[in-house]
Amino acid sequence: MFSNLIIIFFTFGYLALLFAIAWFSELKAKQGKRLSNHPAIYALTLAVYCTVWTYYGSVGRAATNGLEFLTIYIGPSLIAPLWWLIMRKIIRISKVQRISSIADFISSRYGKNITLGGVVTVVCLLGVLPYTSIQIKGVASSFEILQGASSIALLQVVPFYQDTAFYLAIGLALFTVLFGTRDIEATAQHEGMVMAVAFESIFKLLAFLVVGIFVSFFVFDGVVEIFDQAEKAGLSTLFQMKGDGSPTEWFWMSALSMMAILFLPRQFQMSVIENSNERHIDTAMWLFPLYLLLINLFVMPIALGGLVYFPSGSFEADTFVLAFPIAFDQKWLALLVFLGGFSAATGMIIVSTIALSTMVSNNLVMPALLLSKHFQARNQHQLGKILIWTRRLAIFGIILAAYLYYRHVAGQFTLVSIGLISFVAIAQFAPAIIGGIFWKRGARVGALAGIIGGFIIWFYTLVIPTMITTGYIDESLMTEGLLGIGWLKPHGLLGFEDLSYITHGLFFSLSINVMLYGTLSLLANQSSKEHNQAAVFVDIFKHSETMDDVVIWKGQAYLYDLKRLLSSFIGKERTDQVLEEFEKSTGKSLNQNEMVDPALVNYSERLLSGIIGAASARIMVSSVVKEEEITMDEVLGILKETQELKSLNNELNAKSQALKKATEELQDLNQTLRLNDMLKDEFISTVTHEMKTPITSIRAFSEILLEEEGSLSQDESRKFLDIIIQETNRMTRLIDQVLDLERFDSGKQELNLENVAVKSILMQAVNSIAQVIKEKGLKLTVAIELENIEMIMDQDRITQVILNLMSNASKFAQRDIYFQAKINQDQLIVTIKDDGKGIPEEEVPFIFDKFFQAKNQTSKKPIGSGLGLAICKKIITYHQGNIKVERLDGMTCFEFSIPIQFQQTQIKTNEQNSNSR
Amino acid sequence: MNKILIVDDEPNILLSLEYLFKKEGFTVYIARDGEEAMEIIDVDLPEIVILDIMMPKVDGYEVCKYIKEKNEAVKVVFLTAKSKIQDIEKGLETGADLYLTKPFTNKDLITKVRNLIN
Repeated sequence: MFSNLIIIFFTFGYLALLFAIAWFSELKAKQGKRLSNHPAIYALTLAVYCTVWTYYGSVGRAATNGLEFLTIYIGPSLIAPLWWLIMRKIIRISKVQRISSIADFISSRYGKNITLGGVVTVVCLLGVLPYTSIQIKGVASSFEILQGASSIALLQVVPFYQDTAFYLAIGLALFTVLFGTRDIEATAQHEGMVMAVAFESIFKLLAFLVVGIFVSFFVFDGVVEIFDQAEKAGLSTLFQMKGDGSPTEWFWMSALSMMAILFLPRQFQMSVIENSNERHIDTAMWLFPLYLLLINLFVMPIALGGLVYFPSGSFEADTFVLAFPIAFDQKWLALLVFLGGFSAATGMIIVSTIALSTMVSNNLVMPALLLSKHFQARNQHQLGKILIWTRRLAIFGIILAAYLYYRHVAGQFTLVSIGLISFVAIAQFAPAIIGGIFWKRGARVGALAGIIGGFIIWFYTLVIPTMITTGYIDESLMTEGLLGIGWLKPHGLLGFEDLSYITHGLFFSLSINVMLYGTLSLLANQSSKEHNQAAVFVDIFKHSETMDDVVIWKGQAYLYDLKRLLSSFIGKERTDQVLEEFEKSTGKSLNQNEMVDPALVNYSERLLSGIIGAASARIMVSSVVKEEEITMDEVLGILKETQELKSLNNELNAKSQALKKATEELQDLNQTLRLNDMLKDEFISTVTHEMKTPITSIRAFSEILLEEEGSLSQDESRKFLDIIIQETNRMTRLIDQVLDLERFDSGKQELNLENVAVKSILMQAVNSIAQVIKEKGLKLTVAIELENIEMIMDQDRITQVILNLMSNASKFAQRDIYFQAKINQDQLIVTIKDDGKGIPEEEVPFIFDKFFQAKNQTSKKPIGSGLGLAICKKIITYHQGNIKVERLDGMTCFEFSIPIQFQQTQIKTNEQNSNSR
Repeated sequence: MNKILIVDDEPNILLSLEYLFKKEGFTVYIARDGEEAMEIIDVDLPEIVILDIMMPKVDGYEVCKYIKEKNEAVKVVFLTAKSKIQDIEKGLETGADLYLTKPFTNKDLITKVRNLIN
């Protein structure tokens, strides 16, 4: 029909168009205008779900199984409203945790476990590879039909270098490498790829609608006529619901496709990784089901029309879509249909391969490489390069493997059957993911065992039979069961032979999976890391804001190491930029030589996760972070400790404050004590000195009296004896005063407090000394200006003060002494003045110190013992009063005041505090 | 007749010393403080001075220096209650010939003063 060249020209022309679209969008994105940031584009990219399976296979499926093909689209449409619940959560988690693929997602959820990531990757590879290969098959067979060759291509005959499919595969690989591995950050959105996929979605839909319209309205006279003719041809079973068995099938198929739309690597890639705005889901929730409706609108008419129109066997039902334009010689329509199918295939291959290559690099190759410290050390600087080349090689590897699979296996199966087998493989992730985002107990061992268990059942019930069909394995397994055990037949486990093999495989693999996941999760003890992640995933909407703060982390890292690590992947410039962003957003400043805080380590790890996957990032980060494993108990311990430390710290702070105060007090006290000690020494030395004076006299005269008994006159003897008695009295007085002062000092002195009439007390005191003053020829003026009031005081002590002051005054006065007493503001004020020469100003501050003379050791004041004033001060202080000396109008003026309202209780304590000993 | 000056601010001590030395045949001058002592020295220089240290106005050390400056030959005896070793050293450094502490034994005092003169 067409020459090879024209078909190839248009095929590669179409690819070139994709290139152009991708290139143009990336250019626009660089200029700041992201075309993909639109909800409709997002919904269209989800339509990568519709592959050649839909494009060709749905018709094929409808032609054999009737309406059942719809289940594959009913599932996604039914679950679309739930996206708001599930998808939004997965997207939020993935953005926050910088998830790069579905393997990364699962590995991340279960403690960033390497094994789990690897297993998921392997399952994806094995599950999706056949699926990819059927795309190649779809393209290749349609290509051959277009050429006019028989629909059953002579695959094995043509060597691969003559096979167009091979070159198409290479072309696709190139495209994928170009637009899929530009950016090292796997979480970064592939603007060009997204736009190309969106375009493809439109293109395949239009092409399919066009051929549907052609078949319905040009080949036949409308849809109704097709159904009429089909009914006549005995095909009514295909478009009527059967009563028996099919509800089960419908249920399981819908469930299967629900899981597929969420967890197929390419779906995950488009709906989660390439999502630029969570709100786009809102639109996709109705737009995507609408797309599915449109693309399935003409499946039934084409299938029935094909069955009616084409003699059985002339065309495979999978190729009816293309067969009609060819049969009616609509060359250009046929080419359009071919390109539509090609677009369906390329979309799937490109996205799927990007997703798989990311998984291979991030969850398989990198962790394996990075586990070797030797490798890490040697390739520190080119890890970024290694990573990106791993992805490129993986893309080529996957596409080539798919091509090989197509050449050797896929050719013998229908599109849908292989697609469904893939779906079942992918469905094995459902328990781990759904459980992972809603159930905190979900544990690593459970997820791992569930996936592996499910995968084994999948392999046994769905893959082994295909190998039997292709002749790799003996057929007896199918008919007799494993080791001849009947209930172990791959299509009839436990005797369930009535189910379709897909439903059967799905049911058993998923049951085992869920059972293992649930049971082991309940039995398992999560590590803290896992628990941490579980909490983050399940409560993502709580955590996404405060992520960095909730990290419980034990270990230390240097900023330098972290920087080096980051720059080995993203380059120095970007590293600096990223750290700057961190500083800005957290307000923490980073110091080169400092240990970094957990928030930055966490931030770096998430950043790396976006590039090399969570598990690898964990390895990388832990290579620079001296991190210690922490168990849940330890976490609780740390939390508790932190609490305790905090309160302990507060307590310590308070204590240290108290200690500081106590120390200061002690220092003060010590100083006071030392001073007191010194004063005490001085005091003792002064006291002994003062004692020696009377003793000297006593001794001298005693000796004289003793030795010159006879020669002394009676007068002399009497005089000397008199002196001895005087001096003895002097000593007694001194001793009394010392003891007095000591009692006051130590606070042991007690006042004999009584309510007394002040006036009479004062009068008595003055009178008792008036005579002495008069004898000295001094004039005493007394002015007691008091009412007859009573107040509480120690009468004897106050008298003692007055006598002491009066006696001092009389020693210095030249002519006059004044005594005044009055009440002023609740204070009794007593003033004693003399007209003596006064006290030198510099000595005033010390005048009330005991043995004031001691300060000036060699010149002695002619006043008594030097203890009188000190005792006066004590007595007045004990009465809560004041005593002072000043020079007024040429007079020396001693004045004391004591409050009338005397409060006894305070006295002693005050005294004890101010007079320490 | 040896002239002796006794300086002390304690009247009773002064009295006892005056009595003792008069009996021993000394010509006794007395002074009640340092100032008075210096006045006497200015007028009539004694052979020996018995000197208290702690006195009003001018202390014993000053008086001792004053005497020794005036005439080195005049013997100075400190008679004081200050008995610490530092006090004794200081007294001797000032130029005193003898340092005696209170209370004293009459005989002992007289013997030592006599020895000093001869």
